[in-house]
Amino acid sequence: MNPDASTIAAGAPIEVDLSPVAEGQDIKVFWRGKPIYISHRTKKQIDEARAVNVASLPDPQSDEARVKSGHEQWLVVIGICTHLGCIPIAHEGSYDGFFCPCHGSQYDSSGRIRQGPAPANLPVPPYQFVSDTKIQIG
Amino acid sequence: MSGPSDYQPSNPALQWIERRLPILGLMHSSFVAYPTPRNLNYWWTFGAILSFMLGMQILTGVILAMHYTPHADLAFKSVELIVRDVNYGWLLRNMHAVGASMFFVAVYVHMFRGLYYGSYKEPREVLWILGVIIYLLMMATGFMGYVLPWGQMSFWGATVITNLFSAIPYVGESVVTLLWGGYSVGNPTLNRFFSLHYLLPFLIAGVVVLHVWALHVAGQNNPDGVEPKTEKDTVPFTPHATIKDMFGVACFMLLYAWFIFYMPNYLGDADNYIPANPGVTPPHIVPEWYYLPFYAILRSIPNKLAGVIAMFGAIIILCFLPWLDAAKTKSSKYRPLAKQFFWIFVVVCILLGYLGAQPPEGIYVVAGRVLTVCYFAYFLIVLPLLSRIEKPRPVPNSISDAVLAKTGSRSTPMVSTAIMLALAGSLFAGSIDSAKASEGSDTPPGNKWSFSGPFGKFDRGALQRGLKVYKEVCSSCHGLSYIAFRNLAEAGGPGYSVAQAAAFASEYKVKDGPNDAGDMFERAGRPADYFPSPFPNEQAARAANGGAAPPDLSLITKARSYKRGFPWFIIDFFSQYQEQGPDYVAAVLQGYEDKAPEGVTIPEGSYFNKYFPGHAIKMPKPLSDGQVTFDDGSPATVAQYAKDVTTFLMWTAEPHMEARKRLGFQVFVFLILFAGLMYFTKKKVWASSH
Repeated sequence: MNPDASTIAAGAPIEVDLSPVAEGQDIKVFWRGKPIYISHRTKKQIDEARAVNVASLPDPQSDEARVKSGHEQWLVVIGICTHLGCIPIAHEGSYDGFFCPCHGSQYDSSGRIRQGPAPANLPVPPYQFVSDTKIQIG
Repeated sequence: MSGPSDYQPSNPALQWIERRLPILGLMHSSFVAYPTPRNLNYWWTFGAILSFMLGMQILTGVILAMHYTPHADLAFKSVELIVRDVNYGWLLRNMHAVGASMFFVAVYVHMFRGLYYGSYKEPREVLWILGVIIYLLMMATGFMGYVLPWGQMSFWGATVITNLFSAIPYVGESVVTLLWGGYSVGNPTLNRFFSLHYLLPFLIAGVVVLHVWALHVAGQNNPDGVEPKTEKDTVPFTPHATIKDMFGVACFMLLYAWFIFYMPNYLGDADNYIPANPGVTPPHIVPEWYYLPFYAILRSIPNKLAGVIAMFGAIIILCFLPWLDAAKTKSSKYRPLAKQFFWIFVVVCILLGYLGAQPPEGIYVVAGRVLTVCYFAYFLIVLPLLSRIEKPRPVPNSISDAVLAKTGSRSTPMVSTAIMLALAGSLFAGSIDSAKASEGSDTPPGNKWSFSGPFGKFDRGALQRGLKVYKEVCSSCHGLSYIAFRNLAEAGGPGYSVAQAAAFASEYKVKDGPNDAGDMFERAGRPADYFPSPFPNEQAARAANGGAAPPDLSLITKARSYKRGFPWFIIDFFSQYQEQGPDYVAAVLQGYEDKAPEGVTIPEGSYFNKYFPGHAIKMPKPLSDGQVTFDDGSPATVAQYAKDVTTFLMWTAEPHMEARKRLGFQVFVFLILFAGLMYFTKKKVWASSH
């Protein structure tokens, strides 16, 4: 009952062009049926994400560990709430990040859980920068 | 089912069979000669009611499966086509969907009855545990069945529930992948859920056989909780229990039919009339009402794994009930303290159900935690403690003593049965009216609709005018893809003739092909064609309308609603109020204001609407006075347009509504006569036994 060959093949890596995404905007792409949020973060959002005391977080992880160095403005996360799988809404909630409408979990501008029932940060999918304006997810 | 039977058929052919396979003897000893305690009350008819419901679900389900397509792209449409095009498809679907809820109503009554009268106690432990297994199978079946229509609630319910398993340490993620058959809920998930939804009812039927077998070995419990000692304590199953059960089933069918024919969507969620969309989460994900108490327990615990354990624990704990409650006296009738705690427990369960439908914030979370503690305390503290400290009242020597003592002061179990049923049904059920349009908006005003109430019919003039409004205004942006031109000439519709519908169709250009040369071509519409959509796909619709795709209007009056809240949902059950959707649609069409009030900012490209959730609607004011001229002299005002087009859209959402209400009346007349007949037959049969 595990995924069949065609499902696995359809889950191959995809390339996303980032050049049309302006600062402060984000886009949602689907990979393996999951929504992936790609946020072009503002300076303010980056500073907020880095000013937090990492040890005080429910799921401690530094912002540096969640983005690619040299591309700090880009946050790529799987937009599935780690509580029960709803899709959080970008640019909502008290932490300049994501807010899940189902059970009220709030994530910050680094996709880390800050408040609510979710146990973990929004996961970062495997991805790499092919060029400065293009990433490959998967 | 207990021991060899001494039954001998008189017919020689049957004798021949009986010597080789004693099936008739088995039936005879199980359902005819079987001694049943003579003091059983009507709460004991729920076993028969449940068997009836299981049969009903399997029968309607098998026929529905003949017309259903288990594919992520086609499932939603195939369900709509069942309702619209299959002969009596609307009836089958309503019976099956409402039947699931009625099945759970009956199973909850059955379980609470077992709890109250101590039916789980020695020697009926295995019987009870088999019942818990049936209940678990029912929950799994009900959940997977709810996924099949592939609406928004189906999809997101499936997502939330399958994600529960990701809480299992180490193997959780792989278990979830196994359930999905992919990387998220999708087509493979729908396919396996369909397969399992077809399989599980037959497993239930199998366990029911074991359940009945165990029942007939241990014998039925009874309201006094004393085992039958002499023949005076029992009556033969047929005709006594048979006729009583038939009366019980007939009464239950009245409730069932009330939902099927008059409020089929009362127990459902408006969001499930929106096709599944993996990119949009509904604002409130609410499971079906029968899971709500457990959903409330899940949410009241802040840790994910602990929440899941508590939720499943709340059901599994029932298996240990025979050993948690060690009191020798079975029936709570003779246990003054246990009786009071039982009713407190019932209230706790109902309140948990209410909380399960509320958003998880503020006071609801606190109340949920308190009630969760109460739920578990009943099993883990109250029952073990009571069996040690409680001093039960003396139980009668035998069942016949109890019956003789009772004849003086006969209670009226029927009345209390009816009241409890209505209460339980309406309380549980109504708490889940969709909150789709509830946030940041005014409550839409009520309207007088010609189609409301048990004898409601569509106003033909309004349907024809509404069609004109749709054609001249709405259709430039909104599709009506489930309605074919032929529907315009069908009974219960706008009342056009077949020729008129064909003429109407021919005014449209429909894309067809490919032809022999391999090209697509346009031709005039035919009655069998569906209303063409204004945009080729959702992306095009989105791009042309500032990012918000205009929804298809075929189902809009069923897919939109607003929260009725307590106590309205209870009153609605009796008044048959089903017009939240039309009220909302009519209100939105008239709710535009040129200037947003103080303090409300409307983003660029949106418009202020009093009744739209959040007030900022992307659709510009669609109707203005004098825009459409009516031939019949009706006023050319926005109010008239809104009312007519809403009536028309109610018809497009349910073209067979008139047939539903008409058949409903006939069924009610029959059921009332049937129940009356059963009641008097039962009285006659039991006359000598009381």
